[in-house]
Amino acid sequence: MKLIIAIVKPFKLDDVREALVAAGVEGLTVSEVKGYGRQKGQTEIYRGAEYQVNFVPKVKLEAVVDDAAAAGAVEVIKKAAGTGKIGDGKIFVLDVENAVRIRTGETGSAAL
Amino acid sequence: MKLNIFQRLAGLALAVTLVGAPVGALAQNATDNSAANAAAASANAAAPANAAASNATAAPAAAAAPAAAAAPAKFKLDSGDTAWMLTSTALVLMMTIPGLALFYAGMVRKKNVIATVAQSFAMTCVVTLVWFIVTYSIAFGTVADANMNKWWGGMGNFMLQHVQMDGVDPKGTIAYTIAGATLTIPEYVYMMFQMTFAIITPALICGAFAERMKFSAMLILTVLWSIFVYAPIAHWVWGGGWLGAMGVMDFAGGTVVHINAGIAGLVCALVLPKRKGLGVINMAPNNLVYTMIGASLLWVGWFGFNAGSAVTSGSLAGLAMTNTQVATAAAAMAWMTVEWFHRKKPTMLGMASGAVAGLVAVTPASGWVMPTGALWIGLAAGAGCYCSSVFLKGLLKYDDSLDCFGVHGVGGFIGAMLTGVFASAAAQTLPAGHGVMTQLYSCLATMAWTAVGTFIILMICKYTVGLTMTPDEEEEGMDISLHGETIHD
Repeated sequence: MKLIIAIVKPFKLDDVREALVAAGVEGLTVSEVKGYGRQKGQTEIYRGAEYQVNFVPKVKLEAVVDDAAAAGAVEVIKKAAGTGKIGDGKIFVLDVENAVRIRTGETGSAAL
Repeated sequence: MKLNIFQRLAGLALAVTLVGAPVGALAQNATDNSAANAAAASANAAAPANAAASNATAAPAAAAAPAAAAAPAKFKLDSGDTAWMLTSTALVLMMTIPGLALFYAGMVRKKNVIATVAQSFAMTCVVTLVWFIVTYSIAFGTVADANMNKWWGGMGNFMLQHVQMDGVDPKGTIAYTIAGATLTIPEYVYMMFQMTFAIITPALICGAFAERMKFSAMLILTVLWSIFVYAPIAHWVWGGGWLGAMGVMDFAGGTVVHINAGIAGLVCALVLPKRKGLGVINMAPNNLVYTMIGASLLWVGWFGFNAGSAVTSGSLAGLAMTNTQVATAAAAMAWMTVEWFHRKKPTMLGMASGAVAGLVAVTPASGWVMPTGALWIGLAAGAGCYCSSVFLKGLLKYDDSLDCFGVHGVGGFIGAMLTGVFASAAAQTLPAGHGVMTQLYSCLATMAWTAVGTFIILMICKYTVGLTMTPDEEEEGMDISLHGETIHD
């Protein structure tokens, strides 16, 4: 099983979610995060006091999928979340040791 | 509990004040009564003497004089005026809670929001009690000795002991005059209206030490400042004191409220150390929507502040309301325009700040100028306060967290001076001695008294409970450090 972590622009969340559902990925965890990469932050000015805000709001999606489905899911996210501009985000793929469905106790792929 | 020497002295001082005040009030009462009796006796002596002196009109004069001495002076209560003043009182109270509370709360960091609104709320309660107990008397009382009355109103109305329901005392004469004038509203209403001014003035100072001062120090500051700084200045300008007699035009408190609080704020900003991390860490406003709501409540409430200062419900109130609206809108747009040129973007904070600057500047002028004058005052305040808020702090290197001096001090001064320039007899009869120099003199006197008074009070706080938190407490945030509360998302 693979854990796919995708950091995307907040307004792209719905597009990515719909695309993943269509691709058969049934579970998703989403959190609101802040970050920066090549897209630097912005400068805000309040009554003459300048503040360099280094972090830009992003959304982090996490989904655990079967090994076979991983590559496909990454492609789907890449297509749905991309705008062609700096700040589109990044996707990371990690190995998952185990997964458990709390209600039934199923483990492994059956838990996904 | 173990008390250190300073805490013991503070407790002793408090005890002396609480005991001394009623004793002073009783003594005051005795002197007032004896003075009144002496006056009545001489009037009675004069009446028969006059009647005896004239011949042809002796009989009717003899009949008229004692009759005049016997008939009680009438207090004429106007229900329209009273209704408006009751409303104004509520509007001005709303300006502090929650108007000013939210205005400031939106501009501080999230970890200090609860503490910031707590300051306005607590001050409202503290000043209410202090006003009821002593400061209404000091501000609006009348001392028998005319020379003393120039400076303070005495303790005669300690705990409102002389306030009568219908404005007439048991002797049958009008119970209260304000600066020698008879009003058309009950004294309880006038007292309450003035209380709301006494409440908002120290609350304004919070802007200067936002995110920095301890709650306990702020409470002590509020009590002492109300008694020794606000009440005397209110007496000087409005209560029959020397500035009012000199002909100063301060319709709703340009000097008494704004310059007073603004300079006190500057002193606080200079005495307290700067916020930790100023210029380095992000201190951006946490929620400008709160600030906008606060500014809006201030704007609407200010109709009570300015139009209510007419103390009547009529054309003067209408004029004050018009001036208030025009100046505020002009100031907001002026600030926005200057900012747009300077920083390339118009901001919500800028418009809200500009509006408040306009409200401040038109405060002394609202009943003395015509709307065109108010327009100029607004434009000058909007542009001027932008400069003082944006440039002065950096130039002179002090931390006036929320621009208490930049907006209230400078705005109040601009307004007070331009009142001298634009005052018009078309608004109402101008007082004897009015003029730009009189305005300047009044501003300087206020500035001097409040600067010295505030400094002394800050020193008292510093050497009793301490003024500031520890660096760790400041880092954690005032909400959790001082109040044990947080905002949970």
